[in-house]
Amino acid sequence: MSHQQVKFYQTGTLTVGNRLLDKEERTVQATIDRSNSLDSGHRACQGCGEALGARYAIDTAMRETNNKLIAANATGCLEVFTTPYPETSWTIPWIHSLFGNAAAIGTGIAAAMKVKGKEDVRVIAQGGDGGTTDIGFGCLSGMFERNDDVLYICYDNQGYMNTGVQRSSATPGGARTATTMPVGPEPGADFDKGKNVPLIAMAHEIPYVATASIDRLHDLEAKVKKAMSVRGARYIQIFVPCPLGWGSVPAQTVNLARMAVESGIWPLFEGEHGEITSVTKIRKKVPVEEYLKPQRRFAHVVKNPETLSTVQEIADRNIRKFGLLEEQE
Amino acid sequence: MLKQIEGSHGVSEAVALCRPEVICAYPITPQTHIVEDLGALVKSGKLANCEYINVESEFAALSVGIGSSAAGARTYTATASQGMLFMAEAVYNASGLGLPIVMTVGNRSIGAPINIWNDQTDSMSVRDAGWIQLFVEDNQQAVDIHIQAFKIAETLSIPVMVCMDGFILTHAIEGIDVPEQKQVDKFLPPFVPRQVLDPEDPISIGAMVGPEAFTEVRYIAHQKQKEALKLIPQINEEFKKIFGRDSGGLISTSNTEGADTVIVTLGSVIGTIEEALDEQDEKIGSLTIRSFRPFPLEEIRSALQNAKRVVVFEKCFAVGIGGIVANNVRMAMSGTNIPVYEVIGGLGGRPIIRKSLHKLFKDAVNDKLEVVTFLDLKKDVVDRELEREKQLIQSGSVAENVLRDGGVVNAAKTT
Amino acid sequence: MFQVRIHGRGGQGVVSAAEILSVAAFIEGKHSQAVPSFGSERMGAPVVAFCRIDDKPIKLREPILEPDALIVQDPTLFGAIDVFAGLSKNGYLLINSKRSVEELGIADAIHLPEDNARLVPATEIALKYIKRPLPNAVLLGALAAVTGVIKIDSVTEAIASKFPGKIGDVNIQAAESAYKLLSHNNQEELTC
Repeated sequence: MSHQQVKFYQTGTLTVGNRLLDKEERTVQATIDRSNSLDSGHRACQGCGEALGARYAIDTAMRETNNKLIAANATGCLEVFTTPYPETSWTIPWIHSLFGNAAAIGTGIAAAMKVKGKEDVRVIAQGGDGGTTDIGFGCLSGMFERNDDVLYICYDNQGYMNTGVQRSSATPGGARTATTMPVGPEPGADFDKGKNVPLIAMAHEIPYVATASIDRLHDLEAKVKKAMSVRGARYIQIFVPCPLGWGSVPAQTVNLARMAVESGIWPLFEGEHGEITSVTKIRKKVPVEEYLKPQRRFAHVVKNPETLSTVQEIADRNIRKFGLLEEQE
Repeated sequence: MLKQIEGSHGVSEAVALCRPEVICAYPITPQTHIVEDLGALVKSGKLANCEYINVESEFAALSVGIGSSAAGARTYTATASQGMLFMAEAVYNASGLGLPIVMTVGNRSIGAPINIWNDQTDSMSVRDAGWIQLFVEDNQQAVDIHIQAFKIAETLSIPVMVCMDGFILTHAIEGIDVPEQKQVDKFLPPFVPRQVLDPEDPISIGAMVGPEAFTEVRYIAHQKQKEALKLIPQINEEFKKIFGRDSGGLISTSNTEGADTVIVTLGSVIGTIEEALDEQDEKIGSLTIRSFRPFPLEEIRSALQNAKRVVVFEKCFAVGIGGIVANNVRMAMSGTNIPVYEVIGGLGGRPIIRKSLHKLFKDAVNDKLEVVTFLDLKKDVVDRELEREKQLIQSGSVAENVLRDGGVVNAAKTT
Repeated sequence: MFQVRIHGRGGQGVVSAAEILSVAAFIEGKHSQAVPSFGSERMGAPVVAFCRIDDKPIKLREPILEPDALIVQDPTLFGAIDVFAGLSKNGYLLINSKRSVEELGIADAIHLPEDNARLVPATEIALKYIKRPLPNAVLLGALAAVTGVIKIDSVTEAIASKFPGKIGDVNIQAAESAYKLLSHNNQEELTC
């Protein structure tokens, strides 16, 4: 009797989870007939969180809309690595206009669909944190305020990565970037700065706001699905680690995203018309040091007990504010 | 139907007749009446099948327009002055992407110093962006050229800006023959986009183009504008057949045959210039540039080649070198020995009056013109300010000093 | 060509006056052009508007420097700006005032044929019919009477087209009242 060596792979609870579910409950990514809106052949870095986040989100939206989706993309990594002339890895209708106007482009496309009676065709506008929280902020707020029928997705890797890792208003305190170097008496990005766009979106009282992370696919897809089930202005900010910009190991991208959530650094919540409707509890709280240590951009923060505790305070404040731990109801 | 209405109102009626599908606009003097009128037409339902979007800035206005045009909707917007600059990035983007957006520019100066009155600096600031730029002489042309603009834009897939002098035309009430819907529908068929975002046939628009192909893409844009040189008169002929008026084309001339001196200009000032020319006896002709981009080099050269001198009158200038239009005209005249004089006037809304024009004509005919003349310049005010700056380091704001000198501001001097 | 220059302050309907006058001329089959001379929108600031009327198309777009008729809606402007600049020597002058030219202190500035300078109690007539101190329609009625450049019926039709309904009606009454007042007499209104 011949023997065949069988290898057992320990893949972790997140992948096994899909196989144990009923077909309808599995993720879009688990299906062979997913649209692959962001197809292979793109030029993203190894371990790019944004490439994952975009594919997960857009494929979900495509299923929800019966493949009737148009995407507007801001300038940035996602736009650059998906459309290296003369190729494109998008299998959906897609437009890139400028850095700061993705939300407005989305507004325009939605208006065109409305006037042509094609309201079953839905619109996504997307960009990185730079194109969303900074230069694109005016157009974003305008789209929110008018309640235009656009889902805006921000892939947040906390810096202007495509241009060489510069600081954005999404860059967390302490982080090293090319414009917030770890030199001088206050190395890294300033702690008293920064902008929380999901909360700003909440303040606009738009129909749906959510934060998500690429570490939990079901949750991300459910949020995109929920967003596509309503009309009007919607916003999802997805946490996407950037190995190059963060100085982390590409294979650790998903793990880093998980630690960001489990430490309280990246709260996961949903809100509708300005009220929080759900919060994802932390399963097992992780000290921020575990999250910061694998990232070279925080090396100086970890070394310094004072800044380390500042970061822990930020995480703890989030936990308190959003009620992220079970015992705090 | 012949109506006595404000220029802006005529424009809004003309645009509405063109069955726009998306109008996105941000208000700025002197274009406000146009966008207000269109907003009311859409809201009341009189302009049906049209989405009107109140955007939060000019940058958003043209960006929304780019989105809607790329998605296949006939799209219109309007701006002026500072707004043009605020949307400048989108201006280049729209032409680079080849989207047939039509935009009215209510020509107004650009600050600092802030000034709300007419000159043509705003259009000129984006003259090289790849849009077609058409200038109108009166409100009848304003109405007619907007209708032509949609056809030109959609035929070539190039955005078109229709430039009309702010206040002088936008706020002037005069007799305008507003066409019937039937006529416009005959002239302007529904928009068939050259490229469109459509889930049935996905494409990617706006990808990066590297050194190996960028030149070719840009060259094609240039060639397209040259094609426009043929198309614009063609469309004007088609327009004439249906509407009975010659409102467009590349240039218009008056009394240039056998004229030693020809005045070249654009926009509404030609009305006053022609009145002044009628009042005097010298043989002076006039040429109005209707299409500034593409610039009709051959047509202008042909019209001016027998003149002894050309005087270009413009409401703009390039700081540090001189006339903009004049230098474009010089290009047309290159190889001839015909001198081209630059006259810069009407800046910031300074009225252009016959008295000053008469002196200008006399000087021109007698070869007494400087190469560059700033019409009605208050030289004494200028000299005093320059002297002030020589004497004091902290000479104060130029604008405030000049205003005070002119008696406009009565505040006591601090120095 | 007949050129009318209207002076007033923001909020007194100076720009509407020029427009209505141009529409009145249009109704008579003439060519006309009305243009406001701007500043930023602000109540109380001096405003000037121009109206040209002609039998042939009007090409001229310079400000009206040599008006054939001058309408002054607000006599407080005399101290502030040179209202009379360029008024041709056979021109017409209509001033909204109950006082005489001597009382207004402008007798020396006016060198016109006797019946050409007329004072019109336009604010009072407006208050009577319109219940608001808006003298513009009144002065247009007066202009029709004094200059004959347009007919009163054209003025009232133009008013009705711009202000339909009750507002138009009372403005028409006010304009017709001024027209009657200034048609009948030569001297009387100077003393009222």
